[in-house]
Parts: sequence; C-alpha cells; structure tokens
Amino acid sequence: MIEAAGAAAHPVFVAANVVRIYGEPLAEMPTDLYIPPDALEVMLEAFQGPLDLLLYLIRKQNLNILDIPMASLTRQYLEYVDLMRAKNLELAAEYLVMAAMLIEIKSRMLLPRPATVEEAENDPRAELVRRLLEYERMKLAAQKLDQMPQLGRDLLAVVAYVERTTAERLPDVHPRDLAEAWRSLLQRARLHAHHKVSREELSVREHMSRILRQLKEHRVLEFREMFDPARGVAVLVVTLLALLELARETLIEITQSGSFAPIYARIAHAQSV
Amino acid sequence: MLNPSEAKRIIEAALLASPEPVSLPELKRLFEDQIGPDTLRRLLGELREEWSGRAIELVNLAGGWRFQTKPELQPFLERLNPEKPPRYSRAVMETLAIIAYRQPVSRGDIEDIRGVAVSAQIIQTLESRGWIDVVGHRDTPGRPALYATTQSFLNDLGLISLQELPPLEEVARTLELEPSPSPAQAEPGQPAAE
Repeated sequence: MIEAAGAAAHPVFVAANVVRIYGEPLAEMPTDLYIPPDALEVMLEAFQGPLDLLLYLIRKQNLNILDIPMASLTRQYLEYVDLMRAKNLELAAEYLVMAAMLIEIKSRMLLPRPATVEEAENDPRAELVRRLLEYERMKLAAQKLDQMPQLGRDLLAVVAYVERTTAERLPDVHPRDLAEAWRSLLQRARLHAHHKVSREELSVREHMSRILRQLKEHRVLEFREMFDPARGVAVLVVTLLALLELARETLIEITQSGSFAPIYARIAHAQSV
Repeated sequence: MLNPSEAKRIIEAALLASPEPVSLPELKRLFEDQIGPDTLRRLLGELREEWSGRAIELVNLAGGWRFQTKPELQPFLERLNPEKPPRYSRAVMETLAIIAYRQPVSRGDIEDIRGVAVSAQIIQTLESRGWIDVVGHRDTPGRPALYATTQSFLNDLGLISLQELPPLEEVARTLELEPSPSPAQAEPGQPAAE
C-alpha cells in the first residue's frame, strides 16, 4: 500500500516502525486505496490499456504523479491484472509488458545508485512518468475534441435544393417548349385531317360505285336515303360529289316533281337499254 | 456593376446551393474576379450578421464558408431521424487527438502514447471519415506511414486551422525529473524477459 521501504532516493524513510508518506508520518491507513470489486469488474473492460489503468490508480488515490510510490502502485496494478485474468478478460500483451516494466523500475529504485556514474541522477520512473503525462494530455484532449460540435452529429450543413451537375443531367423544360410541342401536335392533326379529306376525295369513285350498287338494288332511292350523316361531314360531301359526278356522267337520273318536293335518284335506264 | 446587396444575394445563393464550404477563390469566380477578397470578406461578414438570430448560421471554416444549422437545434432535428449517428469510441477519439496534436505521426507513435496496439479498424474509421490521411512515410525500416488530419477534419469540427484546437492541458508541468528517456528506455526489456 504505502512505500515504507527506504529507497536511496528517499532518505527520509529511516524509522523502522513509523510509516511515512513523503516524509509525513501516517497515523492511519487511507481508506480510498481500492476500488470496490464489483465496480471494478464493470470498468475493467473500459480501460484503454495499461497507461489508462495506471492513470486511473494514480488519480483515484490522488497520488503525486511526479513521485509515484512504485511498490504500492505495482502491487495494485498486478492485482488488477490478476483479476482481469481471473475474469477471463482478453488481456492485451501490453498489460504484461507494463507489469514487467513496473517491477523493473521498482527493483532499480531499491538498488543503491553508483555515485560515480554520471547518469545516476536519473530517476528510473522518469520515462514512465513522461509517458503517463503525455497519455493523460491526449486523453483529455480527446475528451475535449469529442465535446466540440461535430458536423453530422451536432449540426448539419445547409443545402438549398439545386439541380446538381454531378447528378444525371435531365433536360430543362420551359413552358414555351410545351407550347411548341402543342403547336406541332396541332399541325400534325391538321395534316392528318387534310389527309383524311383527300382520301375521301379519292374515294368519290368509291362512293359512286356504292350509290350505283344501291340503286341497282332499289331502283329508286330518295336523295336523303343515300346520305349517312353519322359518318361525318366529309362523307356527306363525298357522297354529294359522287352523286353529282354520276349525274354528270349520266349514269343516274335525278328528278324532282316540284320545289321542296323529295328528290329521287334512279339508274338512267333509257341509255343503258 | 453590381451593387453590394445584389452581390450579397449572389454569394448567399452560392453558399446555400453548396453542401461543402465555398472558398474565397470560388466566390471570386462568381463575379468573374471583379470583386476583391477584402470586399468579399466584408460582404460575408455582413451576410453572417444578417443571418444571426436565425436557425441557420454562416460560419468560416478551413475550407471556406458554410451555412449550417445551430447545434442547439440538433436534438429536435434528430426526432425526424431517430437513428442517431453513433459516437466514436474512446480509442478512436484518443487516436484522433494524438494525430491532431502530434501530427505527422506513425501508428507506432500513437501506440507509444496510448500504450496499446492501434487496430487497423481505428485508423480505417478515421480515414473513411476523411479526417486523416497519409502524408508521407518515415525514413526508417518498414517506412511507416505518417498520418495527419485533413481539411475535412477542420471543416467538420468547425475550425479554421489547427491553432483553434483546444489547448492541451498541462497536467503537471513542474516535472522535477529530467525528461531524458534514454536510460529508462534502454533497459526495461531485460528483466521483462525473465
């Protein structure tokens, strides 16, 4: 728990029975040395590695990071490592490397320093402390970074909808294009209509034949009977043209007894016989 | 020639139409380089002023200027899309912090500081987010890749430059021990081997 062994670096530890911490005699045992085992299990997995665990032990107990009591820290650290192994947690190799390093530092501190060697001033803990401090700096920096508003998590970029050139480029459509399309549609319809009329014109001969066939069957037909208004104006016109043409060619006779009297058409017999 | 309010409307439209920050040179192109950077900056400042108090703010970032929603509204916006973006793990954030503050660093450097192996997945998470990339290789055996943070990282965290990162907390500056790693580092391997 407390480093009572006199290391060369700490000549204050001389009295045999008095436990001292940094030169101060300690009356009673600190109570906050250990974490409750239950809580421990939960948090064991949360450690980011041996440095994180060491930092936790140091900060939890308010140890002076610049004057780490190696014996107690090493023992606590090993207890945690044992516990992790007991719990079958996957123990990263780094934890064992750190354990070895702690033991090594501890043992070097127990060794008497050769006074003649120039490097004797170097504390064996120096490198460990440097690493702990650097890791703690980065750990705190990571927490601060995480608190900063992050795009996508804490805020969103604003984008008004515009057609993207990167997306599939679709043709632009303006109202005047629609008007243009409608106009050409009309024009085609007009052409089509014209075409139909011309076909009807061509079919005057066809209607002439039809009328002749009708008259052959009925001998005399009233003018009105030869027209079928249901087939449209064009057919009416063609039918009239056909009648006139038949009359001109004197194939039929068209007679009327008086004004507004029914008009009759018949095959011109006189000539044919 | 455009009057300032017309120019501001054009800048506003360009910024609103872009999902990425728009840089000053790009904004200059809007006006066929007829407006100088100082005038642009003044107009942008005015625009930012005009938008203050709205739900959307105009911010200046490493990559240029961007309209964005205010962070305090995010809890409401998240109700529309209940699938919250996950937070990065401590391992990812610590790795990111080391790269941000100590760049350029190799994976080995990161492992030295964190005291544990850095998984490829952590690096990949940060790379695919576009926050870090390889900027070179150290001229040592194995030629390890050197990582640095990207402009995207600054943009996404709302920063103009790395100088704006929160300052590192000096945990205990008064180090009585000489920070000379060589003697302590040279030997630990031997007892560990036994």
